[in-house]
Amino acid sequence: MQLTNRSKVASVKTLNWVEQIYLPAIIKGMIITFSHIFRKKATVKYPEQKRPIAGVYRGLHVLKRDEQGRENCTACGLCAVACPAEAITMEAAERQKGEENLYREEKYAAMYEINMLRCIFCGLCEEACPKDAIYLTDRILPSNYARNKFIYGKDLLVEGTAPDQRVDVTGRKKNYEMNV
Amino acid sequence: MIDWWLILDKVILVVVIFVVSLAIAAYSTYGERKIAAVIQDRIGPDRAGPWGIFQPLADGGKFFFKEDITPNAADKFLFILGPSLFITTALMTSAIIPWGKSFFFGEHEFSLQVADLNVGILYLLAVVSIGGYGIMIGGWASNNKFALLGALRASSQMISYEVPMGMAIISIILMSNSLNLREIVDMQQGFHWNVFYQPLGFLIFLICAFAECNRAPFDLPESESELVGGYHTEYSSMKLGFFLFAEYINMFISSTIIACLFFGGYHFPGIDSLGLSPNWAAIVSICVLFAKIFFFIFFFMWVRWTLPRFRYDQLMRLGWKVLIPLSIFNVLATGAWLTFVK
Ligand code: SF4
Ligand code: SF4
Repeated sequence: MQLTNRSKVASVKTLNWVEQIYLPAIIKGMIITFSHIFRKKATVKYPEQKRPIAGVYRGLHVLKRDEQGRENCTACGLCAVACPAEAITMEAAERQKGEENLYREEKYAAMYEINMLRCIFCGLCEEACPKDAIYLTDRILPSNYARNKFIYGKDLLVEGTAPDQRVDVTGRKKNYEMNV
Repeated sequence: MIDWWLILDKVILVVVIFVVSLAIAAYSTYGERKIAAVIQDRIGPDRAGPWGIFQPLADGGKFFFKEDITPNAADKFLFILGPSLFITTALMTSAIIPWGKSFFFGEHEFSLQVADLNVGILYLLAVVSIGGYGIMIGGWASNNKFALLGALRASSQMISYEVPMGMAIISIILMSNSLNLREIVDMQQGFHWNVFYQPLGFLIFLICAFAECNRAPFDLPESESELVGGYHTEYSSMKLGFFLFAEYINMFISSTIIACLFFGGYHFPGIDSLGLSPNWAAIVSICVLFAKIFFFIFFFMWVRWTLPRFRYDQLMRLGWKVLIPLSIFNVLATGAWLTFVK
């Protein structure tokens, strides 16, 4: 029974004497390689040139703030529980009087760390978060020389308050809504 | 009486050729990577300096700073002798090559050939075969199975392909009536290039040159996929650098020999009708020779990135059953043509 139309008839025909000299075939091959010299190059010169990345790309995490610049995360620990790589750890603290402009909820993460060497960028933390706080972004994790530099604390994870320091996660949000 | 001018001439020439050979070998590595890259639709090294032109310096520096490991079980003396011999012989072959026409400073003639040997070609073949010992000794002294296999392959390949190579040269000698490389080159003045009279000889010589240089498709002695690194598996640091360097020098020298034996060396049709003064003619002739050399270096690399490697039995079959009969036939045909037709 024929399953696809891609099958080819195998042939065991011996080479005739022109083919046995191999020279015509070699010349043909060399013309092919020569023509490749003038082709468009496939290289992307990475740090200077970047490939377009899809909006749903799962790269470096961000801890979001709301419109008033308050941190969303309430240190509930659901992301840490959901994480299959056990990459997340945090310490909770209670919001004091006068800190309402800093943290949206009454409890917040005093310390929040993701070990980027453990993380597999699956995005389950994002799905687990009830507070819209953690998102994966289209930024790429930079390389480093020391292993301990890959443990990202709040200084690297929380987005800035200034409008130009906000990290756009609409792509991921849309993806999430579509799947719900 | 000692001719001090002669000695001074030769010393200058030797130093210049030495430096030029090393520089060309270094930049061949860069050329090789660039050509490999463009043939594979890539860009190649472009980080060290503009277009990556300092890449060879970076590579050389890296080789010096790598740890120099000598295996415990290796024969220490031979382990060092191997690469030294290989690079020495590679550099020695350039002594008999006529690099261009002579310069004239007043009465004084400055010849661009270190040694105008009347048996130049024999010297060439002799030195090239000593180079094979470098690989053999290096591979054997490493006391490593991969290295030994690589060395065995190299030695049998070199011996097999030296025979048809010598035969191809014999037909050239028959035509020029001389073993002197400068006379062979001068015989091809104008457009009487040997390649038009000896196309078969040229093809045989070219194939053998690939095999002698251990270049793809004949790179079995170091075939990475089967033998790790072949004869230089155990080598590291600058000793490995010497092996790799010597291979590129060999490639440079064989390109030169091909240009001299078959493509008129420093001659170019119309070079004499330009009416240049002798010194300018000498400069132009050097440029012509180097243009030919660079073309052949490019050709070597072009072939490397086109053809896959031979299987070992195919290599031996090509050497003994195809090239040797063909080269014998070529010698006979040349002889018959010279005796009966000319
Ligand atoms: S992306 Fe996956 S692995 Fe990484 S921190 Fe979130 S849940 Fe853990
Ligand atoms: S990021 Fe979300 S899931 Fe994780 S601790 Fe904060 S609020 Fe809870």
